[in-house]
Amino acid sequence: MSTEWNVYLDNNATTPTDPRVVEKMIPYFHEISANPSSIHGAGRRARDAVEEAREIISRLVNCRTEEVYFTSGGTEADNLAIKGTALSQNERKKIITSEIEHHAVLTTCEHMAKFGYEIVKTPVDQHGIVDLDFLSKSVDENTLLVSIMHANNEVGTIEPMGEITRVAHRHGAIVHTDAVQTTGKIPIDIDALGIDMLSLSGHKFYGPKGIGALVVRRGIRFEPLHHGGHHEKNKRAGTENVPGIVGLGKACDIALAEMASEEERIKAMRERLWAGIDHNVEDVRLNGHPQKRLANTLNVSVRYIEGESMLLNLDMHGIFASSGSACTSGSLEASHVLLAMGLPHELAHGSLRFSLGRFNKDEEIDHVIKVFPEIVRKLRAISPLYKDKSGRH
Amino acid sequence: MQYSEKVMDHFMNPRNVGEIENADGIGTCGNPVCGDLMTFYIKIEPRTEDPDEARIADIRFKTFGCGAAIAVASMASEMAKGRTLTEISSMSRDDVANMLDGLPPVKMHCSNIGVQAIQEAVKDYLKKIGRDDLAGRIKGCPKKEN
Repeated sequence: MSTEWNVYLDNNATTPTDPRVVEKMIPYFHEISANPSSIHGAGRRARDAVEEAREIISRLVNCRTEEVYFTSGGTEADNLAIKGTALSQNERKKIITSEIEHHAVLTTCEHMAKFGYEIVKTPVDQHGIVDLDFLSKSVDENTLLVSIMHANNEVGTIEPMGEITRVAHRHGAIVHTDAVQTTGKIPIDIDALGIDMLSLSGHKFYGPKGIGALVVRRGIRFEPLHHGGHHEKNKRAGTENVPGIVGLGKACDIALAEMASEEERIKAMRERLWAGIDHNVEDVRLNGHPQKRLANTLNVSVRYIEGESMLLNLDMHGIFASSGSACTSGSLEASHVLLAMGLPHELAHGSLRFSLGRFNKDEEIDHVIKVFPEIVRKLRAISPLYKDKSGRH
Repeated sequence: MQYSEKVMDHFMNPRNVGEIENADGIGTCGNPVCGDLMTFYIKIEPRTEDPDEARIADIRFKTFGCGAAIAVASMASEMAKGRTLTEISSMSRDDVANMLDGLPPVKMHCSNIGVQAIQEAVKDYLKKIGRDDLAGRIKGCPKKEN
């Protein structure tokens, strides 16, 4: 089957780099390519570009400029936050996270168990919101860090960060949040929310891959993971990725200008997509919080059929989505996020994630609405779990 | 992860899909918890108890599962059609994977359960005609996957 369509609905995995970002980056590969640590004029121009980007990022999340530390991306920022705080002290030995974190946080926390840390995973409710009572009972004087994501990548549920920090700070715990899914998509006021450390990643909001940042509030102690030169105030050695940093700055700049109108536009498309699916396919379930959810994320479970087989069929129609079902990610486990939300295995295996973005258009959504019911019909026809409502097999 | 052209062909155009009314044998393998489940229906001719004579005259299946599971069921059904019960009992899951030009390693275990499910259908037939002794010799589906 050949198709003219090229409908990219996997923006939570990564976004296309905005052409305006690419354009801004280009001079920094050749024309302005000196090392920002060099004291000559060429080096100073590179340094200026790096510091300008740092300033724009600080405006996007409302922190101080000197609180931004560039990393290679979200995963490194998460590692730096968790391991860096752990390495900086010896008193507190408990790290609290949630059951629905990205693996960059979950696996890092689990790794710290090898070094004598007690790891506590906060459960979530049916919508994916962390259990604040559980958190409140778990945080104590032994708790070093509470690391809970700002919004979940699979279902889009936005966590109550303000309440989480209030609970954690009562006992002097540091709060880290993996905000790679929210940065550039919704306003973040790190000050008002009381967050101590925040991870962000360029390629999740139309910036380049290979660049991100860890924001660390003044007074929060952490040890570096990379040692070498004096870069990033001795917290992250290695020559700065200047084109990447410039691109990240530009992505933040665009987000500051367009975030609000984009959120509205994308949400309208997302709602239309859900309505189109819900009206035309029976036995579908929306996963994630009905309201407190990223505007671009639609996670659905389609009863009686499995996610990967839907994905492959969508792919044939030029539609690129993703699945919490395992088959796609190479493991055979159902999504840990959906299982934590209490979905039975069949529904977790039968899930699909459509994540919309800046470059999606209305007619692309129409195309999905048009082909999706037929895909479901075809797969249900061969499913032993499905008996249609008329009683025929 | 990449599927072969043959897997994609059987996935997009699965052969022998459906059910058989009054099937001579029905066999199921897998479960929805691991994400793959298949049920086979077989018609035997002649309906003799001699496993060297009795053949699978018709075969249908239904599958809940990923692309690999659907392709495996379809390919296994084609391979089983016309075979004697003795031949079915010596078929292996590797035969199906080879005929599909291979499966991704992660799919070799959970999704590649077509042969076992067909063997379960054969066992079901043999039990129905009172030959539990013959049925006991056929491997079928491992207990934990039932």
